[in-house]
Amino acid sequence: MRPRLTNSGLAAWGLVLATILLGWFGRDLAKALDARWLVKVPSSWDFAFNTYISAAMTWLVEEAAIGPVSFTDATRAIAWLIEQPYELALNLLARGFLFDPGPEPQVLLPAASWIAVTAAVIALGHYCRSWGLAALVGACFAYLAVFGQWDSAMVTLASVLIAVPIGAGGGLLAGIWAYRHPLGERILSPVLDLMQTIPIFAYLVPILFMFGFGPVSALVATIIYATPPMIRITILALKAVDPEILDFGRMAGTTQRQLMWRVLVPSASQSLMVGVNQVIMLTLNMVIIASMIGAGGLGFDVLAALRRLDIGAGFEAGIAIVVLAIAVDRLSQAFAERIGQVHHTAPGSWAARNKRTVLVLSLLAVTWVLGRFSPLLLDYPQSQTITTGAFWNDTVKYLNVNYFDAFEAVKVFFLHWFLLPIKKTLLGIPWPWAIAMLTLLGWRAGGWKLAAMCGAMSALIAVSGLWAKAMVTVYLCGASVILATLIGVPLGVLAALNRRAGIAINLLIDTLQTLPSFVYLIPVVMLFRVGDFTAMIAIVLYALAPAVRYAAHGMRSVSGELIEAGLVSGCTKWQLLRLVRLPMALPEILLGINQTIMLALSMLVITALVGTRDLGQEVYIALTKADTGRGLVAGLAIAFIAIIADRLVNAGARGARIRFGLESRA
Amino acid sequence: MTLNTKLSCRNVWKLYGANAEGFLSRNPSPSGEDIRRAGIIGAVRNARIDIAEGEIFIIMGLSGSGKSTLVRCLSRLIEPTGGQVLFDGVDLLTASEQELIEIRRHKMGMVFQHFALLPHLTVLQNVMFPLTVQAAPRAEAEAKAREVVELVGLKGREDYYPRELSGGQQQRVGIARSLVTEPDLWFLDEPFSALDPLIRREMQDEFLRLQARLHKTIVFITHDFEESVRLADRIAIMKDGEIIQVATPEELVLNPATGYVAEFTRHIPRSKVLTVGGIMTAGSGGEGEPVPAAARVSEVAEQIIAADAPRPVCDAAGRIVGSIGRMAVARVLFGKETAA
Repeated sequence: MRPRLTNSGLAAWGLVLATILLGWFGRDLAKALDARWLVKVPSSWDFAFNTYISAAMTWLVEEAAIGPVSFTDATRAIAWLIEQPYELALNLLARGFLFDPGPEPQVLLPAASWIAVTAAVIALGHYCRSWGLAALVGACFAYLAVFGQWDSAMVTLASVLIAVPIGAGGGLLAGIWAYRHPLGERILSPVLDLMQTIPIFAYLVPILFMFGFGPVSALVATIIYATPPMIRITILALKAVDPEILDFGRMAGTTQRQLMWRVLVPSASQSLMVGVNQVIMLTLNMVIIASMIGAGGLGFDVLAALRRLDIGAGFEAGIAIVVLAIAVDRLSQAFAERIGQVHHTAPGSWAARNKRTVLVLSLLAVTWVLGRFSPLLLDYPQSQTITTGAFWNDTVKYLNVNYFDAFEAVKVFFLHWFLLPIKKTLLGIPWPWAIAMLTLLGWRAGGWKLAAMCGAMSALIAVSGLWAKAMVTVYLCGASVILATLIGVPLGVLAALNRRAGIAINLLIDTLQTLPSFVYLIPVVMLFRVGDFTAMIAIVLYALAPAVRYAAHGMRSVSGELIEAGLVSGCTKWQLLRLVRLPMALPEILLGINQTIMLALSMLVITALVGTRDLGQEVYIALTKADTGRGLVAGLAIAFIAIIADRLVNAGARGARIRFGLESRA
Repeated sequence: MTLNTKLSCRNVWKLYGANAEGFLSRNPSPSGEDIRRAGIIGAVRNARIDIAEGEIFIIMGLSGSGKSTLVRCLSRLIEPTGGQVLFDGVDLLTASEQELIEIRRHKMGMVFQHFALLPHLTVLQNVMFPLTVQAAPRAEAEAKAREVVELVGLKGREDYYPRELSGGQQQRVGIARSLVTEPDLWFLDEPFSALDPLIRREMQDEFLRLQARLHKTIVFITHDFEESVRLADRIAIMKDGEIIQVATPEELVLNPATGYVAEFTRHIPRSKVLTVGGIMTAGSGGEGEPVPAAARVSEVAEQIIAADAPRPVCDAAGRIVGSIGRMAVARVLFGKETAA
């Protein structure tokens, strides 16, 4: 079946070809015409957004006030509110309760002993599921102690313990508000859409400016990042409650409040726990980024090690984050499952029913008392820790000494034949032409509204003076997304068609997703050193998961009847795949690619650590200089790219769904 | 059965669509054609029913006929677009939120098709729930709940969770829960539709047993005509949002208002619907023991056929009102559609 080339199809291919040619020869063309403005936006056209934004932020922080309450008072109050429970958790887990916090503070009560904390998570594991889970989480925490990561891990855990309840609770309340009031949903829904596409670091700098450098800033950023999915899941979960249950609640004569808290929320509790799990995972994902604006703990260790290029230390701290993430993730999932199961309360006194709590509390007390005589009970002895840092450093050295040429060859091959041509083309496309093309594409995909949005946003990037950096961003992300798609989609197809391959691929993807994003960076940097190629590999690894998952899901959800129809028509396996399965799965695959793009963009600020020269680096520089205007403009530019990509791909996916009759034209 | 009207609805409309209220106020009695032309969906159209105290009133219709919407209008779970719903003479539609909560807490109970039990509560806690939201004293509420749990035959399973019970048992919990506040008015929304046929029969018997004891005013929704005939004092048949006919099961069979109603009644064994009074020959006559006029034909068919001569028929007071012979019974049992 050869697709018939209609006039519009021909024109579209012509335009694509023209764009590529223009990009390839753009620089020469501009030189020949003596019109450098074609490829480089003249700096006199720059609109000094950053200066205005900086001024506005300064005004906000220094002068803005509603009546007697100034803006600074408000941020201080929020900071104070978050700080109190955080201090408590930090003191309990990591620092100990200090008396008279002066230059020589007296320790009133030391931090909880590593024995007591490990016992607590083991008890929790047993309570939530089984001895198996207890052993797993116990081993995770023992690992943290033995490998000398305990103190940093507890600092990180303290911030997780604060961020998760605030994020989950706040998300729940916001979701309830949106569920109850149509107005609430109308306000929240576009905000949530936006939050999903704006990369985190777009708001890192303003937060830094408002709350200052420190753990509170980091917590605020983490909460802002981790809450939106909870809001969304809350709204969905409440809407999914059986309408009969809602009717029953009203017929029982409940008040609004009773209906919500005694009928709807408990009925939706299982789905709500999925949201809580999401909040936990996103919080752990933020650990390293949050350390850029003042969070201590494991994230800071990784960041510091990356800056020093101390591979061993960075790798160890990175693995520690993974271990912590695994423990917390498994615990929260088991807890969510437990909520959905039936439990009969055992008879007996409180102590008899809560043996585990009693045990852990008494262990805590005992280690506190005996810890005065034997510090071993409080802190895992330094001399007994194992470090693998040297091993990793040696391994890298060995690999680099012996296989340098092979790695270099791979790197050079990709740079020369893949990355650099894309970069040259993208940077060569005259910006007016690019804006025009984006507008046209928007019009084709989603009508004049989308066209106006694409045009306006790309024009804004052009006049903000960041066009070249934006193009580098597009190049880096684009190359990574192409590679991730080329690897991910076939993997997903394979996972859907072959059960055994599916299990293996799922395991791989699950592992990749549990790892916090930057962990990929460390081994890649070890082997390929800093540069675009390293950044690309890290992005591909991080952004691979959705491409695989959505492709597999799309393939699996092709209706069985269609496949049977294909078989009956005498399709071979390949024909079935090419003519039935792939086309029907296309909308899902497009959505997966969309997610891949979003993840790739959110990796940018991390890859800036390995020396890319894109918008991520711009944000990173702004962070270190606390330059709000600059950071915000660069962050917004990334957000614009993300939004344009998101809307275009979504419109494309929707178009495909409509063509296949999977969705009606609303 | 007394003849006090407990619940009545007058000209109740439920229209879905843009500005349905404005449409109805401009045109208080639109025809089906008017509604369609305005792009509005008429889920309930001009419903008028009077339900007497202590009767089992069944609203019967196929899916999409508007029966669930109507019962939700009667309990004001759905806000009707227009009309009046009088409960003990008080218009529910003008009641405030607070008044409505009070009415629902003390005077109404409802049973749902898919049970609508709260998954996180035990049987006892589920049954207690309506009392808990009223902030009734705990001990009292628990005693009351245990009493109704026993009434529906679930004693010993108070501490089970809903998902540990079978469908029939879950619906017993739903019934117990709807009765715990001792409501006057009892709504049952397809209570047995989700159950297996055998369990369904058992539950219908259980329901009749309960009603014989409790004498509630009942609004019962079903799509099953056999079930209606078995349980109802009176049946309202709905189609496309309209009530086509309200009558006793016997009248429905004898005088269906439309072909649609006749279609329902056709496959029902007539002997189980028709009463002796409906097919007897009026006047006096016959010999032997009198047959009660209210008896179903199927219940007495054997003895009438076995008798040589027609038997006399007596009314509830014992007066002879007519006679019935073999032929009349045979016509019902084997005969043509218009038996009378």
